[in-house]
Amino acid sequence: MTDNAVTDDGSWLIKGVTIPGGEERTSILLGGGSITAIGPELDHRGARTLDAGGLIALPGLVDLHTHLREPGREDAETVETGTAAAALGGYTAVHAMANTDPVADTAGVVEQVWRLGRAAGHCDVQPVGAVTVGLNGARLAELGTMADSAARVRVFSDDGRCVSDPLLMRRALEYVKAFDGVIAQHAQDPRLTEGAQLNEGEMSARLGLAGWPAVAEEAVIARDCLLAAHVGSALHVCHVSTAGSVEIIRWAKSKGWRVTAEVTPHHLLLTDELAAGYDPVFKVNPPLRTEADVAELRRALADGTIDCVATDHAPHPVEAKETEWAEAAFGMTGLETALRVVQRAMVDTGLLDWAGVADRMSVWPARIGRLAGHGHPLVPGAPGHLTLYDPAAPAEAVTPAGASKSRNTPFAGMELPGRVVATFLRGVPAVLDGKLA
Amino acid sequence: MKRHLISAADLSRGDALLILDTAEELASLADRPIKKLPTLRGRTVVNLFYEDSTRTRISFEAAAKRLSADVINFSAKGSSVAKGESLKDTALTLEAMGADAVVIRHGASGAAHRLAGWVRGSVLNAGDGTHEHPTQALLDAFTIRRRLKGAGARDAGLDGLRVTIVGDVLHSRVARSNVLLLSTLGAEVTLAAPPTLLPLAVGSWPCAVSYDLDSELPKSDVVMMLRVQQERMTAAYFPSVREYSRRYGLDAARMARLPGPAIVMHPGPMNRGVEIAAEVADSVRSTIVEQVANGVTTRMAVLYLLLGGMEFPATGVAQ
Amino acid sequence: MCATRIPVAGRDGLAVLDAEEIRRALTRIAHEILERTRGGDGVILLGIPTRGVPLARRLAARIGEFEGLDVPCGSLDVTMHRDDLRLHPARALGRTELPPGGVDGKTVVLVDDVLYSGRTVRAALDALNDLGRPRAVQLAVLVDRGHRELPIRADYVGKNLPTSQREVVHVLLTEVDGQDGVMIAGEGRQP
Repeated sequence: MTDNAVTDDGSWLIKGVTIPGGEERTSILLGGGSITAIGPELDHRGARTLDAGGLIALPGLVDLHTHLREPGREDAETVETGTAAAALGGYTAVHAMANTDPVADTAGVVEQVWRLGRAAGHCDVQPVGAVTVGLNGARLAELGTMADSAARVRVFSDDGRCVSDPLLMRRALEYVKAFDGVIAQHAQDPRLTEGAQLNEGEMSARLGLAGWPAVAEEAVIARDCLLAAHVGSALHVCHVSTAGSVEIIRWAKSKGWRVTAEVTPHHLLLTDELAAGYDPVFKVNPPLRTEADVAELRRALADGTIDCVATDHAPHPVEAKETEWAEAAFGMTGLETALRVVQRAMVDTGLLDWAGVADRMSVWPARIGRLAGHGHPLVPGAPGHLTLYDPAAPAEAVTPAGASKSRNTPFAGMELPGRVVATFLRGVPAVLDGKLA
Repeated sequence: MKRHLISAADLSRGDALLILDTAEELASLADRPIKKLPTLRGRTVVNLFYEDSTRTRISFEAAAKRLSADVINFSAKGSSVAKGESLKDTALTLEAMGADAVVIRHGASGAAHRLAGWVRGSVLNAGDGTHEHPTQALLDAFTIRRRLKGAGARDAGLDGLRVTIVGDVLHSRVARSNVLLLSTLGAEVTLAAPPTLLPLAVGSWPCAVSYDLDSELPKSDVVMMLRVQQERMTAAYFPSVREYSRRYGLDAARMARLPGPAIVMHPGPMNRGVEIAAEVADSVRSTIVEQVANGVTTRMAVLYLLLGGMEFPATGVAQ
Repeated sequence: MCATRIPVAGRDGLAVLDAEEIRRALTRIAHEILERTRGGDGVILLGIPTRGVPLARRLAARIGEFEGLDVPCGSLDVTMHRDDLRLHPARALGRTELPPGGVDGKTVVLVDDVLYSGRTVRAALDALNDLGRPRAVQLAVLVDRGHRELPIRADYVGKNLPTSQREVVHVLLTEVDGQDGVMIAGEGRQP
């Protein structure tokens, strides 16, 4: 597929690729870290060529919600392995959540994570700062200092835990206005979900597992939307999982309030029925819900009520998942399969076209994350972050083995369409022919 | 019958009747001078009890021994499990010991399912978390049939009998298994409990629901009382033991309103004075003592039907 | 062992005993039992399910007619003592009902329809052993078809029937099958 030119000046010529919403079967020239030209008959001596016939080009994907586990849980994942997985999934930037050990609640930790990302070099790592010290929900963390640090944190989240104290949530929403920050809430009323294991419904009743009621998510979202409106700040809702939550967000947006929302790939495809065999690979927070919820989430992603897809990639070591349900950790991996799941759930069902996918997996998440260098539509002059994807690749069963250190994917054995062929970060390939470059 | 007995839903009406009829035949064993049959000689049954339950464990042990099986008791206290050994590693150890059947009682719902994926023998669920306790439902059904259709009844289900189950259904594995099995056998089941102790999705279960115990008593052939744990009070399931007892406890006055031959059951252990009054527990309507004897008999029937014939074909890892 | 379709002589095999012959055979066996047990003293009849049970009852009825003697009658299920359990899925159990006096010190006459390998009778002896200590055990069968695999013999035989091991012997009794008859099915036995 690639052939070396006489003098390799580091540039790349991608030929025969289709840009969704733009030209079909055109060429893209990458050089000096940017897209230098787009057109049907480009040529450039010194460029390496990539035959992209039949492929589509998306702006490099941006994940607003990833757990890289480093520092502290390197048995599950490291920045190196997590970003490698991200690149293989077509991502050029990931937001690394703060629930590490130590928690990313100081400039020191966020700068460490940021540096580890640059050293690994597979994709850009944008650290997320904790809202409260130690995620304890009691005291605000030094949000301003983290914003001013080299990591330039703009998204703050206690994800894993909910900022449940209404006063603290109000203060956090107000405080980040000073530097255009956004609070990303993991909406889960702790009192309504003590010991919860699975969506509260027919399955939980049958299986004898403590229920996680939808209202525990919806009530917090409703409150936070009202708070954000009251103080004039921006709220981002993590991993929306219920139809009721969608209704509340739609209402908040209709009032012109600055509320954005994300949905995970697994919530677009899977339901709580999968828990029937008690395999904890399906245990996740928020839990898998019902068919009706899945249908509403898909509609909401299509009509823009939900702004973007975010993986909530949550790697866990084998022993945390190969146990009784109640003992198992919550979480699923997702970076490597995200685009394929979205194709299955949204594109192949006719709900969304690839241009729409580009918006929801690159342009809008970058905007929400205030990530200036990413999420640019593919035009000359844009940064050279792009993803080449083959939507027509024959459906293949997902294997648990991948670049991630962890194997807890709920899609193991499931046939998914499509294949990420290449990922370019600042004009340099991170992934070629589906393998790390 | 299938290789494992994990949920009462695993049993068709035919399976359930086969177990009850087999138990009927084995019931007379207790009256014989030699209370033993050679049928499971050379088979090994492991009792894997993570929760303290002397009565159930002894019941399974007696059942296995009366069929001449070898019994190995493995209780969690003071064992490798207490030192943090995982369920999977314990399962692999049992496999290596050649267990033909593992009887498991565990505090986590789904533990029996998981175990079934790791051992080749039969898995018998003796109670997993708040999920199910199928042999309890079987001995309850057997007790009901003997009392209300006569000892020696065979090939008969529980058709037309009205059973009311009272108490903490939400956290009760006994309730779940009984709702499934009793309705499979043709009984009409009603759950009577405060709304906080019923699962929200109970409407999809094969039974009726009532919040008013008194209205159900005159039309019940069987009243099955479930144990209520005092800890539920601190989690705000009901305001006080006193109020619970007043509204849902079975006292002598309520017992007097039961129709003629109606019986009172309790899986044990009882909270005398909370869900059931002492005079009710000791009355002639109460089947509490014979439930214990019937437990051994029904468990013998289950062990025989699972292990007494040829081995089930290997089905691979259970999902 | 219930056949869903009752075999019919002429269509499914060769009839070797008809209802009348069965009646005469049982009458003869009843007399023989009385002769060899000093008038039925201390005798109890235990039928082996399924068809041994009605046969035992018929014998008890005959003895009652001839001698005015009430011979205790019951059934002895042998499933749990069989030596071939592991070759089939677990079978449903038949009924074991001992007459009120038990078996201790009694002369137990086991009754079955067909004697073949002898393994069923061996299982019956083991089962009987766990129930008590009879003074003596005897065996009455309607048909002895040979091919013993154990040192077991019948004391009373209705009919000796040489068979090959590829053939099947069907015993039909009114109480179970709606009619009386004994048939052999298999190659070489055409009507």
